[in-house]
Amino acid sequence: MKTLKIEELSKNFGTTEVLRKINLEIDEGNFLVLLGPSGCGKSTLLNIIAGLETINEGNVFIDDYNVSKVEPKDRNIAMVFQSYALYPSMNVKENMVFGLKQAKTSKEKIEEQLEKVSTFLQVDKLLERKPSQLSGGQRQRVAIGRALVREPRIFLFDEPLSNLDAKLRVEMRREIKKLHQQLKTTVVYVTHDQTEAMSLGTKIAIMNHGVIQQNDTPENIYNKPSNTFVADFIGSPSMNLIKGKLIENSNNISFIADGSTLEVPINNYDFIEKSDLNNKEIYFGIRPEHIYFKKLNEEDFDINLRADLSEYIGHEQIVTLDYSNQEILAKFPSTIKIELEKEMKLYFDLKHTSLFDFKTKERL
Amino acid sequence: MQDNYQSSSYKELEQKSKYTNIFLRWFLYFILILFASYFIFPLYVMVVTSLKTMEEIRQGTLLTWPSSLNFDSWLVAWGGRGYGAGDTFLRPYFWNSIKMVVPAVFFSTFIGAMTGYVLTKWRFKGDQWVFLFLLFGCFIPFQAILLPMARTLGTLGISNSVVGLVLVHTVYGIPFTTLFFRNYYISVPTELVKAARIDGAGFFKIFFKILLPISAPIIVVTVIWQFTQIWNDFLFGSTFSFGEAAPIQVALNNMVLSSTSVKEYNVDMASAIIAGIPTLIVYVLAGKYFIRGLTSGAVKG
Repeated sequence: MKTLKIEELSKNFGTTEVLRKINLEIDEGNFLVLLGPSGCGKSTLLNIIAGLETINEGNVFIDDYNVSKVEPKDRNIAMVFQSYALYPSMNVKENMVFGLKQAKTSKEKIEEQLEKVSTFLQVDKLLERKPSQLSGGQRQRVAIGRALVREPRIFLFDEPLSNLDAKLRVEMRREIKKLHQQLKTTVVYVTHDQTEAMSLGTKIAIMNHGVIQQNDTPENIYNKPSNTFVADFIGSPSMNLIKGKLIENSNNISFIADGSTLEVPINNYDFIEKSDLNNKEIYFGIRPEHIYFKKLNEEDFDINLRADLSEYIGHEQIVTLDYSNQEILAKFPSTIKIELEKEMKLYFDLKHTSLFDFKTKERL
Repeated sequence: MQDNYQSSSYKELEQKSKYTNIFLRWFLYFILILFASYFIFPLYVMVVTSLKTMEEIRQGTLLTWPSSLNFDSWLVAWGGRGYGAGDTFLRPYFWNSIKMVVPAVFFSTFIGAMTGYVLTKWRFKGDQWVFLFLLFGCFIPFQAILLPMARTLGTLGISNSVVGLVLVHTVYGIPFTTLFFRNYYISVPTELVKAARIDGAGFFKIFFKILLPISAPIIVVTVIWQFTQIWNDFLFGSTFSFGEAAPIQVALNNMVLSSTSVKEYNVDMASAIIAGIPTLIVYVLAGKYFIRGLTSGAVKG
């Protein structure tokens, strides 16, 4: 049984296609993050799961039960919003029990739930306050509390941290993570912040233009991006994509960047399909943090590159390098002194490379 | 040398700007007092005249202070002289107006709130056109609809009645009240409605429990606006009612214009003030919320 299953889901607003044939499954207790740039359809997808938005095609199942035409209140879900959406005229207590009252829950049960959740979230001292008298973090807690008291099957979070300042955001992020660890509930969480996605999700679905680009664990998303969009979206600075082609002879496969003669051996690369590789035009992807100043592994490939620019950002520096007229970035500790306008010896960690087809932009 | 030159010239400049400031300040007060008197003058004449006897009015000028506070003309304006035919006084018409204005303000405000709520929180296809056409209602000159409205009231059998006037004022208030509420609710986050829907609240519950409790500022604005419009209306009142069903503004007009004998300025002035007092009271009680409501933006929850 899947806690949530989305099948061939499409959604249009007029002539604009917002979601295209989305398929998605979540097991009990998982934390799925929908990640993508603004306008990619992630919030629409969440609203559809909640039942706040209608569907053009496809179905949504919760616990194998088709809820595509079921009202939000009957879907056994709860949602936490970006603006918290606490009812301004009600105090914290009224806010938290509003849903239970609508569902005609017994008074004893309401009191019990309120007691349990408010102590758990440490808002039990704030019950008589109005939302306007709460701080950002407290409002966030109350909003989560309002979702918790209903004991839903699935929690939906719509960018819940983006209204908080940077410091509080990191704190609340940890609290949400803790919450999920303790309660082991199923969560769908929308964000455009990759750090949030990486640290919270057990699964991340990266979306762009209404299509899921990759749905995988955070590790795989980072190490094995399935196309150039994911490679570019995750990581800061994002992955270097060096244009060039593959050379295959006898048992050796190597990469040559455009305008260069240097052959980078990639014999150990784990190809999805190892056929018709000779002369294939590709992007050679390597993350800035996988270009080293000192040799770390035996297999590291040494290469001479010219440094053009160094950006100091505290604990590290980002260096712009020239690889046969293609700009690539590398991340070094800020203690290393870089001489600009000069060639230096650097090392590519070939265990951490990704190759993409130039035409289809898909991973090879 | 240069330093000296500069510091002395700065001192001069400082002096100069000080005098300029003093002069501008006094000039400002002068202008303000001038305008204020311009607006207060008619009111002064009205109040003073209403307290004078006819004798005093004939002998003195407009501005002379009454010799004693004499409220007789107010009593006459309100309750009449007590003799039969031709004695027009305001009391019954005042109540006519109250009976007209209270339900009309209530219904138009309520319907406006409802439409504003739907147009912002339950968007539907073509809702913008609906809003646009409603807005046209704000710009249609009232004279243009007198005839069709008269026919309508006739067909409904409520012409020349307070009920008919309530209907007319409610209908013509809706474009304005909708505009007010729509612009207010558009700043209320739609997420509130979504949250309430997930919590299981329906269309009316969300309206009454979530939105209406935070609408106080805009309700005040709408009530003041509608009350003033409807209370002061003369055109609809004089067209769609006569005799006993007339609202106070029509009665005031009849009283002042149809005097057969001598023109009693003191009674006329007292009547005019009485007719204006309710709007004044509404402004005094709720005025400070008026500006606040008009300018209040997003509701931070």
